[in-house]
Amino acid sequence: MRLRRKRRIIRALRKSDELRAVQNNTSRIGPADILLVSTVRNEKIRLPYFLNYYRGLGVNHFLIVDNDSTDGTEAYLRGQDDVSLWHTTSSYKRATYGVDWMNYLKRKYAHGHWVLVVDPDEFFIYPFCDTRPIRALTDWLDNSAIRSFSAMMIDVYPKGRIDEVPYHAGQNPLEIAPWFDSGNYSVKKNPTYGNLWIQGGPRRRVFFADQPKKAPALNKIPLVKWDRRYAYVSSTHTLLPRGLNQVYETDGGEKASGALLHTKFLDTFSAKAVEEMTRKQHFAGSAEYKAYANTQQGQPDLWCKWSEKYINWRQLEILGLMSKGNWA
Amino acid sequence: MSTVGIVMLVHTALDRAEQVVRHWTAGGCPVVLHVDGNVSLKSYRDFVAALADDPLVRFSQRHRCEWGTWGIVAASQSASELMLAEFADVRHLYLASGSCLPLRPVQELIDYLAARPRTDFIESATTADVPWTVGGLDAERFTLRFPFSWKKHRQLFDHYVELQRKLRMKRRVPTGLVPHMGSQWWCLTRQTLSAILQDPERAAYDRYFRKVWIPDESYYQTLVRQYSSNIESRSLTLSKFDFQGKPHIFYDDHLQLLRRSDCFVARKIWPHAERLYQAFLTDQAGAMKKTEPNPGKIDRIFAKAVERRTRGRPGLYMQSRMPRQGAENGITSNPYSMFQGFSELFGNFDSWLSQATGTRVHGHLFAPDRAELADGQMLINGALSDNAKTRDYNVEGFLTNLIWNTRGERQCFQFGPGDNQDVNWIVARDPNAQVSVISGAWAVPLFKSNRNFADLRKEAARLQRIESEHLKVLRSQHTKARVRIWTMAEFIEAPMEPIQTIVDEIGMSHQRRLGEAPTMVDLDGFGQFLQNLKNQGMHPYLMGDFPVEQGPVNMPKPPRKPYLVR
Repeated sequence: MRLRRKRRIIRALRKSDELRAVQNNTSRIGPADILLVSTVRNEKIRLPYFLNYYRGLGVNHFLIVDNDSTDGTEAYLRGQDDVSLWHTTSSYKRATYGVDWMNYLKRKYAHGHWVLVVDPDEFFIYPFCDTRPIRALTDWLDNSAIRSFSAMMIDVYPKGRIDEVPYHAGQNPLEIAPWFDSGNYSVKKNPTYGNLWIQGGPRRRVFFADQPKKAPALNKIPLVKWDRRYAYVSSTHTLLPRGLNQVYETDGGEKASGALLHTKFLDTFSAKAVEEMTRKQHFAGSAEYKAYANTQQGQPDLWCKWSEKYINWRQLEILGLMSKGNWA
Repeated sequence: MSTVGIVMLVHTALDRAEQVVRHWTAGGCPVVLHVDGNVSLKSYRDFVAALADDPLVRFSQRHRCEWGTWGIVAASQSASELMLAEFADVRHLYLASGSCLPLRPVQELIDYLAARPRTDFIESATTADVPWTVGGLDAERFTLRFPFSWKKHRQLFDHYVELQRKLRMKRRVPTGLVPHMGSQWWCLTRQTLSAILQDPERAAYDRYFRKVWIPDESYYQTLVRQYSSNIESRSLTLSKFDFQGKPHIFYDDHLQLLRRSDCFVARKIWPHAERLYQAFLTDQAGAMKKTEPNPGKIDRIFAKAVERRTRGRPGLYMQSRMPRQGAENGITSNPYSMFQGFSELFGNFDSWLSQATGTRVHGHLFAPDRAELADGQMLINGALSDNAKTRDYNVEGFLTNLIWNTRGERQCFQFGPGDNQDVNWIVARDPNAQVSVISGAWAVPLFKSNRNFADLRKEAARLQRIESEHLKVLRSQHTKARVRIWTMAEFIEAPMEPIQTIVDEIGMSHQRRLGEAPTMVDLDGFGQFLQNLKNQGMHPYLMGDFPVEQGPVNMPKPPRKPYLVR
């Protein structure tokens, strides 16, 4: 395991050549700042709300890798004081789906910081997020000597065809896509890395019902008190050293956990699916995107009569998708 | 000047501490500050300079404070001595920390203590009587030595404790002392505190407590028993602890809760809880307006948090709760019923049961082609799908999800040897499961079917093998479910009695006796069918003994009506 970790770090250092700094504001990072790391590709339309949302939670600095966007992402992010931007034209897939680039940036800039790793379509929800900033959470985690915080991905979707309502820049995606599956998740343990493997939700229900094993993994550990010796292995599902994956209790109790509302299914989705299928830069040969495209020409209605409408974190906690643990 | 002096131990968030100090002095209370030796000299000097204009503030000699060690006691000793020496009017000394926040007007505290001039407020209980010790160290706190830091050198700490236990090393508690423990936040009278601090034996006591584990929770608590004439064993500081002995922290959203506390001071407050500081320090009239104290509510919230962290919600499996086998604290969240052989024997069993009990009755949930959800639905609560492949990918998860999703409504389902048997153990181990089996009833559909006898014979042998394995599981000593097993022969002798028992146990029925009975299928010729199987060399035994009951062929016999069980 140590070797695997070292390998990941070496890879990250090697892949760092591919990054070209466009705007480096990292000198502004204060010693106790909370950072956010993300890789984007043609997501400009999502960025205004994304940045606002996380600024509102109290993220102090954004470290963003732009994987060769052509929609003006770079121009948009230029000049924002709390954003540092790197550009790369290299293969997303060969950089382990962006993990290598981001591991490098964290190793270099996030040592000793709490860092949140999310995609532009993921919105981090944690207990009391409507009344307490993210620093309240990280202070509490520090106090409790917890180094990593789990937030399972919850796919949200609109009612009706996903291209029915167009998304505008700056809009809260949950206005269009507030629905989610509340109780069809399967949880298994991954003996190799000690993390849990969670699958389910609308993507498995609709696209992968007959091959459930291939359904996308939903377990994520996006918030970590980073150390330069740490490394993500695949996306933010798995970390090394393995102790960081112990975000669940095995003695019957509940540890505190959050959720990532995954707002992939907006009208922007179908264009993306077509592009990603030809790029083949996503996991398992973009099998996921193929499955989507095969379902009713990529315009599925994910909604069903048992879909739940998102209200707030308390609802997720009552449904058992996340937990306050002993944070009160 | 007031008769209440505040001894404040500060180590972080000095700006907040300053705010609170000013609040106390504005109310007329002198404050002696102890700043942790770990605070940098620069921050310390800035802090001193910031408070230099306040005549009621003093700074005591600094000690290094680490949790669980003597430093904290030394700090409170120095600061208390300074307070006693500098402010002669002070009658009560209140020990607080920098993250404490006064919940009620200062004057109210002064009046309260003035009305009780001789009372010492300090939580103090003998070790045998306290439930809150962490790490199994209670009486041993006083009889072992603890030279190593628990936070920095955990291994050394643990090994040394272990070693002392093995060698049966024991320290003697100084004569006359009876170890007591309690919250470290006290409010003592000048008389009591000066007696403790000026005791001729103090050097010996200090030497002893220096090596006691967490002396700040026992030093004053023990010694106060020597001198105080009037101890009220409770803390005036609201302080809640979680399951690891760490204090819970209060945030802005606790404002309403804190208003209802009956304590004078609360800790710990999150330094960035702007609204709390705003409310309790500046807007006195508004925030501290009289609300009916309801400390029970605070208790409940924090007790529930501890419960959630240590026990969790029964039957929930999720990202941060994945109990290993045996530690589930409830395998499923609610009671449910599994029926085996009933729908084979009674044509309309599902609808009858649903009507008789008002529960949700599914077909064979674990059937090979799909999960037969009630009313032929393809999805059920929680968007759980009937897809067999998805279900079989994690079949135990399917069951626990189903029961969790339908909390509040009892679920019943059919089961049989033709279904996915991977669910057998989890059901058997689950005290929430009510399992009723009519063994051998799987033979009825075979008997009714129109298939080649060779195939039937093979199928019967297969089903019998599977069911007999299942019965072994249900009869195992590890089984915690409520299990009832009848052979089919036994059951049809008097079918209504067992059904009545089962339905009563489900407990939804409003009538005392069942009005309508399910219709049993026509079993005429079943005995012969079994005999035929036997004649083919297969031995059907799970259904019990059926008479062949084959009358003479030429004796005309009216076709019997289906059994109507009454």
